[in-house]
Amino acid sequence: MSALLDVEELQVTFGRTAAVRGASFRVERGETHCLVGESGCGKSVTALAVMNLLARGGQRSAKKMSFAGTDLTSLSDREMARLRGNRMAMIFQEPMTSLNPAFTIGSQMAEVMTRHKGGSRAAALDRAAELMGRVGITAPGMRLGQFPHQLSGGLRQRVMIAMALMCDPELLIADEPTTALDVTVQAQILRLLAGLKRELGLSILLITHDLGIVARVADHVSVMYAGEVVERAPTADLFRAPQHPYTRGLLSCVPVPGRVQRDRPLGSIPGVVPAIGPGFAGCAFRSRCAHADETCTRAIPRHQAGDAHDYLCRLEPDWAELQPA
Amino acid sequence: MLRLIARRLALGVLVALTVMTLAFLLTRLSGDLAVSIAGPQATQADVEIVRKAYGLDRPLYVQFFAWTGRAMVGDFGQSYFFKDSVANLIQKRLPITLTLGLVGLSLALLISLPLGILAALRENTWIDRGVTLFTMVGQAVPSFWLALILMIVLGLQLGILPISGTGTWQHFVMPGIVLAFTAIPALTRLTRSGMIEAMASDYIRTARAKGLSRARIIFKHALRNAAIPVVSIAAVQLGFMLGGSIVIETVFALHGVGYLGWESIAKNDFPVVQAVVLVLAVFYIGLTLLADILNALLDPRLRTG
Repeated sequence: MSALLDVEELQVTFGRTAAVRGASFRVERGETHCLVGESGCGKSVTALAVMNLLARGGQRSAKKMSFAGTDLTSLSDREMARLRGNRMAMIFQEPMTSLNPAFTIGSQMAEVMTRHKGGSRAAALDRAAELMGRVGITAPGMRLGQFPHQLSGGLRQRVMIAMALMCDPELLIADEPTTALDVTVQAQILRLLAGLKRELGLSILLITHDLGIVARVADHVSVMYAGEVVERAPTADLFRAPQHPYTRGLLSCVPVPGRVQRDRPLGSIPGVVPAIGPGFAGCAFRSRCAHADETCTRAIPRHQAGDAHDYLCRLEPDWAELQPA
Repeated sequence: MLRLIARRLALGVLVALTVMTLAFLLTRLSGDLAVSIAGPQATQADVEIVRKAYGLDRPLYVQFFAWTGRAMVGDFGQSYFFKDSVANLIQKRLPITLTLGLVGLSLALLISLPLGILAALRENTWIDRGVTLFTMVGQAVPSFWLALILMIVLGLQLGILPISGTGTWQHFVMPGIVLAFTAIPALTRLTRSGMIEAMASDYIRTARAKGLSRARIIFKHALRNAAIPVVSIAAVQLGFMLGGSIVIETVFALHGVGYLGWESIAKNDFPVVQAVVLVLAVFYIGLTLLADILNALLDPRLRTG
């Protein structure tokens, strides 16, 4: 069976700036796929490009971008709007500002349903109440009549999730859904997403910079750097045997109980993500990489390190490390 | 919501009292009223007779409370020049001013809302620049000049509209257009910037992610939020239109309240001046209250205030 979302060679530009430069990844049905990377690496732009929600001035092109067999690049705006909120839904990083302050929760939730599935407003409100209960909101009947400013950030994100589920989507794109929330609420939201995936067979494309979240919820991971997917792997493989120097660097920045030594500093990657102008060739990470040499300015091969594990670097796979323990 | 209205209403009464006090004191400060009423040829004895007849010999506070007491029940006294009660005078002129103001505001909203929305949706295109240019020109053109040009073109050359008087609804079209032009630039720019801000907001991104139609996104989700400042300013503009249309009322020979106020200031007809100021202030207060209520209906966050 083909992947639910299959993206190949996605390019996004804003004027002369390339935000995404040939990103490729696949989200399989019923799995959680994480796009991970530091700020500015193009992971949010990638998600927005899939939804065709790029801000003005953003141009996207792709060799392939298909959702459940439908070629997304060939859809008109109207056809795309028929998919959004219906078969593919998205939630955002900013729960405080993502709901319209002027309308009740109920009205904002119900309109998704009446727009895509038709039916009465009353039926849509019933569905909204049911889903609010499903995402752990108590007294949904009361909440439906309330306005966003009467709800906390955690509640608003739950409302966003419930709203995204109104039409039983196949794919949920979650762009840093817990970054703006405090830690206990973060854990609740992640548990909720994992539960929804399991019970509804939902596929989730989760965008995050937090490797702790990746380790907890992801089935597959795509690591992004400067607009490219530099390494793709099943989560366990990625954490056990990362191959790309950037992935290794990222993992070394995460404190792991038992592995951090008191007298040795936590790892860090020197420098910042370079600005990529037109005509840039070779590896974007070379200015920060300890293994860089002159061959890194040329075209970089994609090495296969396992069935579903590949990475973009001139270095050969470390097979000793890759052997299952 | 009711608490909000009650609070704003109490505030409005305080403002009205302040305006009454100021209007009363300022007319007294403009010189000896008995002298100006008696006229330049009057002797000292005549002036004293006038002073007694009009009650101007009483202490200031007695005059003030006598006037406010009667004003509360709608009795503003007699005009010195029109040989009519002030209440009657205002009652006769008010419909003209109100008609003119409402025509002006309606035209202004009918023009500036679509223009502002269009400019916002076509931000930084030639349409947007054209609208901005139009608002700048509109701001710069003096109303009396626009009034004269309209009279020449529409009234004299094309002959499709009457150029002065108040006989029919057609008489209000040209003054309405001129009056609308005093509000169009501000309202257009406000609509434009409000819509640009709203369209770039996170909740519009959510509305798009929900797959809503473009019309619903623009007219329901964005306009509702962009309209909040426009409502406030439109109410203030209508206040200006009611009180400040003296030039337009004069040019088109529309004898409204603004014109009456201007006449009575020139003639030192102070009971009329005080009443006109008070009536216009009450309108202003009422409009601000109305704007607050409309805003609270548009923005639930304001309802608890």
